[in-house]
Amino acid sequence: MGLEILKPGMLTTLQDRGRYGHQKEGIITSGAMDTFACRVANMLTGNAADEAVLEITLTGPTIRFTEDQLIALTGADLSPDLNGERVAMWRPFFVRKGSILSFGAPLSGCRSYLAVSGGFDLPKLMGSYATYLQAGIGGFQGRALQVGDRIPCHGPTPAGISLFPQATGATDMPDYTAALWTPDPQFYPAYTSNPTLRAIKGPEFERFSDSSQEQIWSERFQVSAQSDRMGYRLQGVSLHLSEEADLISTAVTFGTVQVPPEGTPIVLMADHQTTGGYPRILQVVSVDLPILAQVVPGQTIAFEEVSLEEAQQLYIRQEQNLTQLALAIQLKHNI
Amino acid sequence: MKQKDMQLFRLYPLGDSAITVQFGESIDKATHAKVRAFSTYLDRHPFTGFVEQVPAYTSVTVYYNPWEASERGFYNPYTRVMEQLQHMLKVARENDKAAAPRVVEIPVCYNGSFGPDLEYVARYTKLTPQEVIASHTRGKYQVYMIGFAPGFPYLGGMAKKLATPRKKNPRPRIPAGSVGIAGNQTGIYPIETPGGWQLIGQTPLRLFDPNREQPSLLQAGDQVKFVAISEDEFWERKEQAHGA
Repeated sequence: MGLEILKPGMLTTLQDRGRYGHQKEGIITSGAMDTFACRVANMLTGNAADEAVLEITLTGPTIRFTEDQLIALTGADLSPDLNGERVAMWRPFFVRKGSILSFGAPLSGCRSYLAVSGGFDLPKLMGSYATYLQAGIGGFQGRALQVGDRIPCHGPTPAGISLFPQATGATDMPDYTAALWTPDPQFYPAYTSNPTLRAIKGPEFERFSDSSQEQIWSERFQVSAQSDRMGYRLQGVSLHLSEEADLISTAVTFGTVQVPPEGTPIVLMADHQTTGGYPRILQVVSVDLPILAQVVPGQTIAFEEVSLEEAQQLYIRQEQNLTQLALAIQLKHNI
Repeated sequence: MKQKDMQLFRLYPLGDSAITVQFGESIDKATHAKVRAFSTYLDRHPFTGFVEQVPAYTSVTVYYNPWEASERGFYNPYTRVMEQLQHMLKVARENDKAAAPRVVEIPVCYNGSFGPDLEYVARYTKLTPQEVIASHTRGKYQVYMIGFAPGFPYLGGMAKKLATPRKKNPRPRIPAGSVGIAGNQTGIYPIETPGGWQLIGQTPLRLFDPNREQPSLLQAGDQVKFVAISEDEFWERKEQAHGA
């Protein structure tokens, strides 16, 4: 046994890097909204890159650890607290058996990721641990966590223990002991509230009216309350095609900004459908999706144009940074 | 298909991690034959950094990982993938007459409670229920794409005379396997969902089974043939499909 859920929080689900290879069967990718934070949480606990993590949304759960664990929290700072002691983000920490983790006010962002060294002892479905909420499959019983759920864990990996040897569970350890090192935040995405996101023109950009083509770059949009893991609705100016068009459905992806006929743009997120038929005005670049994933409804966003080549250079630079980060973590250095 | 037809395609980026190959501007069998030929070829010849592909009515979208496709930053990933896709399109064109589409028979029980809207569809289309069933089973349907829900086939080829509008009040729960009509489309619900289709029958087959090696029974490019079965056969087949 590993984790016992005393309070479920707003929406706490098992996620990983996503379920790929089945979109042609209508099976969505699901997976972490902030894949960067998800990946680093696994690195900090010595896990393989494809391990499952808990995605915690805005109002965090209350969790009792039924065994000693080595864990890490990344992403949004939702004021985590272990037996009354404030927990540090973005570093591994040891928790003693019986300890209770709870969360308070959201200080930055809205999605926090909890990795447990050794991962959760759950079966993969179609190659992934991700929860597919709409179909009720994957993750933990195909649903968000509820009161009384007990999530089994494997226990710390040798890689995790070598990262944090104090975590071997010496009897005189306090309930909460955090590593003294943490990765340099300069390698993180530029998390901020009200961000400007880089985007490239979408396949139907040129079909929009001149004013809509201008406004998508110049205006700010408010992320509406009707935003979830499927997509964010953006309130502000409404956008329109220069000529009405009936498009034939084709693939859409994470970060696609599509515009239904009433004119309110929607950015598709991790639980997006596999195909769609609305005109696609923009595509947010991959490296800025983690920033978007942390935007809280009510905040505003804007878009800034980059070329496809720049978007891919940014992608490559981020992978290089993550490679360096993985190395630095292994050396347990502040980098 | 004329050789030169396959050359009429357009490639465009869908963000920094996907490229869409578009083969035509209308929903028709000839365009979809090109989609199928290319999609089949791509499945057999994945390139470095290939993630997955989504065939649709007129297009195939190819997802790739720019880091891997660039050989960890060595090449320009977009140019690299474009070159490979263009080469594949050339080769796939030569092979596009290859395999005949797979024909999948879907047994359907149109009786009584399995097809609660059969009577309504018959009245609306001014046919007898038997004529509706005869027309529905006579057709050969093209699976253009799978989407909307896991395993849900977008089918083309229903007889125009069967077209019936959706229900004004959608049902809160439609059992998995229900076969319905909405406008000029026919389809099968793979999972239990709410929905407004006119239900004319039900199949005992599982269109979506996450534990099957190929979770979706149907794949884009398949052809579907509906076969009428009795209630006894329905329960027999259902036991086979869901058994063990």
